[in-house]
Amino acid sequence: MQTQVENKNRFSAANIKSMLRDNIIIVGIILISLAVGIARPNFFSIGNIRNLISNTAVRFIIAVGVSGCLITKGTDLSAGRVAGFAACLSAIFLQKGDYADKFYPGIGELPIIVVLLGVLAVCGFIGAVNGSIISLFKVPPFIATLGMQTLVYGICLVYTGAMPIGGLRRDYTKLATGYVGNRMFTYVFLIALAVGIFMWFLYNKTRHGKYMYAIGGNESAAEVAGVNCNKTKILIYMLAGILYGLCGFLMAAKSGGASVNTAQGYELEAIAGCTIGGVSVNGGVGKISGILIGVLVFELLKIAMQFMGIETSYTYIVQGLVIIIAVALDLRKYLTKK
Amino acid sequence: MSEYRLEMRGVVKTFPGVKALDNAQLKLRPGTVHALMGENGAGKSTLMKCMFGIYKMNEGEIFYEGQKVTISDPLAALKMGISMVHQELQPIPERSVAENIFVGRYPMKKLFGFIPVVDHKKMYEETERVLKEVRMNFDPKQKLGSLSVSQMQSVEIAKAVSNDCKVLILDEPTSSLTAHEVEALFRIIEDLKAKGVSIVYISHKMDEILRISDEVTIMRDGKYIGTWDAKELTTDKIITQMVGRELTNLYPARDNVPGEVVLEVKDFTSIHPRSFRNVSFQLRKGEILGVGGLVGAQRTELMEGIFGIRAHSKGSVVFKGQEMKISRPRDAITKGVALLTEDRRATGILGVLSVADNVSIASLDKYLMGGVMLNDRQIEKLVQDNVKKLSIKTPSSKTQIQSLSGGNQQKVLISRWLANNPDILILDEPTRGIDVGAKYEIYCIIAELARQGKSIIMISSEMGELIGMSDRIMVMCEGRVTGFVDGKDATQENIMELATQFETGSTRAAAQESATA
Repeated sequence: MQTQVENKNRFSAANIKSMLRDNIIIVGIILISLAVGIARPNFFSIGNIRNLISNTAVRFIIAVGVSGCLITKGTDLSAGRVAGFAACLSAIFLQKGDYADKFYPGIGELPIIVVLLGVLAVCGFIGAVNGSIISLFKVPPFIATLGMQTLVYGICLVYTGAMPIGGLRRDYTKLATGYVGNRMFTYVFLIALAVGIFMWFLYNKTRHGKYMYAIGGNESAAEVAGVNCNKTKILIYMLAGILYGLCGFLMAAKSGGASVNTAQGYELEAIAGCTIGGVSVNGGVGKISGILIGVLVFELLKIAMQFMGIETSYTYIVQGLVIIIAVALDLRKYLTKK
Repeated sequence: MSEYRLEMRGVVKTFPGVKALDNAQLKLRPGTVHALMGENGAGKSTLMKCMFGIYKMNEGEIFYEGQKVTISDPLAALKMGISMVHQELQPIPERSVAENIFVGRYPMKKLFGFIPVVDHKKMYEETERVLKEVRMNFDPKQKLGSLSVSQMQSVEIAKAVSNDCKVLILDEPTSSLTAHEVEALFRIIEDLKAKGVSIVYISHKMDEILRISDEVTIMRDGKYIGTWDAKELTTDKIITQMVGRELTNLYPARDNVPGEVVLEVKDFTSIHPRSFRNVSFQLRKGEILGVGGLVGAQRTELMEGIFGIRAHSKGSVVFKGQEMKISRPRDAITKGVALLTEDRRATGILGVLSVADNVSIASLDKYLMGGVMLNDRQIEKLVQDNVKKLSIKTPSSKTQIQSLSGGNQQKVLISRWLANNPDILILDEPTRGIDVGAKYEIYCIIAELARQGKSIIMISSEMGELIGMSDRIMVMCEGRVTGFVDGKDATQENIMELATQFETGSTRAAAQESATA
């Protein structure tokens, strides 16, 4: 009975108002984009939308990875660096056999799937280390993953000798450019879609997902209720690492090469996307659909700024502001409820 | 000038889903101790937090020395001369006593005439002076964390005194004190009273109230019931006003029959020397075993030890003839033991999650299809069954649990454990912070579970509840079991006597003295 009453009121003026208030950033950015679209009709061109989708796809993968950490009141600042490392690894092992500047000249052509699995394993391991440090030694996630960020960057520098890696195999780069049917449905887009569906299932339909939300809601209560918090958190950070790996793998293919600076700053973009999309840094709250919207809108903002002819240096200022505002607004929701 | 130092009128305060204060009021005369009484959840602390500016009132007014004032935050209250010693102390243990007293208002001086720095010399002198005023003499430079709980409390009071307070709020100040320390506190209160300070004294302990206070205001369910001269009151009269009905039908009739022994705890000892030690007891099928004791008796710690939250150094737990190896909660849960924790907010509810998630979290293993996917329909059925069975009042199973009232939250948590069909339920203060009506419902649920043959261990600090609900009462003091009382023979007096059997001679004598007083 009472549920019906709730449903009936869903579209009442008060509810719409509070919905707008809760999603003020999303509404704002969409309005800005519309304005830009009207001023510069190119904005809505197929090419631009395709660009938007493919940019969103890779960032969405990294953002859903980080989301698990955020939902459990943690964070993962190593995301971008791990993705960058993954990009370098993938590129190194998938260079053309006849490329002059080959990293391992002796090595033959490996099957792509083997390289992918290898990269995912390495990144999953890094994530598991993050998770173990956080849950077993109780190092604050912010510090643990900040340390890991620098550490991975260092490893990547030493390993690649800070040299950019190019000359990637055609069958590998085709992963990014190839498509099924319409050119909208690139492989990257389809992979991101599959990741989204998998993560939605994991978050909503499995015990692991419920445990994750429970830990974010109240870790000590979850522990008392029999949740193995340490194990769950290690799994979350490990899965996050795997997703960064996948993201890095796709990014190298997409840009036809990789360097130590690939995916620089992506962790903050991912956190921004999550927060704009309603993942609360207070823990226990966050949906995959919200993350998708958050990442998409953030990407829209960046492209809109490009179209307005704003210099890239300035866009960093705007991005930083948006991240801070998004978190402040999120926390405000919980403040007023007290 | 008004005859009252401070007046609160028509105070209304609502939280999501609960009306915590409904037309509450309070009138404080200068130089008196005014006791504020009411059951847990009656709104005493909430009213004080409104006075101190921690909460904003939805309605109501405050008059200070006849002037209407608004107190927007604790700083405004402090400036006005209102100080509060919180129920849970909020000290900074790693800093010195002096810094704790002067935090936020350090005495300053100018170095070389222009660089502002903290005047440590003055701060230490001032600290020594105010400590003397509360009859304490420890080193102002000592780390606060090295003091005992009661000493920390004295520091808190010293802080209030140093602030030249006119109104001092003491929220359950004696809850963690020994009888000896209570006496010391009372002497400080008398001193302050003589200086004209108005003291609001919140406590559950009748004997203290009747001894120390001049006036008593009683609240019930967030409402103002009345104010009496303390001389006119008796314990019975206070209880009747607090509860709002005669004591006789507070507890349901029970027809559970204790059967064979299901749990035996032997020589159970914590790894910490000051926590529970050498605890042995038995629990029968279908029995309600009450656990009594003062704060600090380590009852919660003992139960958390049995449940695997805390470590033990020796002793064993034998469950249905088999020794249980427990190193974490999950071990206990799979064996059929459930623990409803004392602090619902901190270790019970998953606040932002739904009622459904809160009910099912401990029993998700049972709802896995093919080992992977959860069966949402069965979970919803579980939730609906429990909502009906325990009459949980919630708009829907998707409602966030934090928007429910305390009583309904507690019922959700009980459902969580019942979903696992445990043999033993450990309930730690199951009715804390729950209104009277819901309390009775919780008692009925407990009685019914015992009748079904479940064994219940119930920790309670409410004597009435302990006596009214238990088949047997185990009493603890300072980590030791000091005795068992049969439910039928239990009285406040014989439980109190066991609860105050302290080991050290002097405190023990003092405790007995105050227990009999």
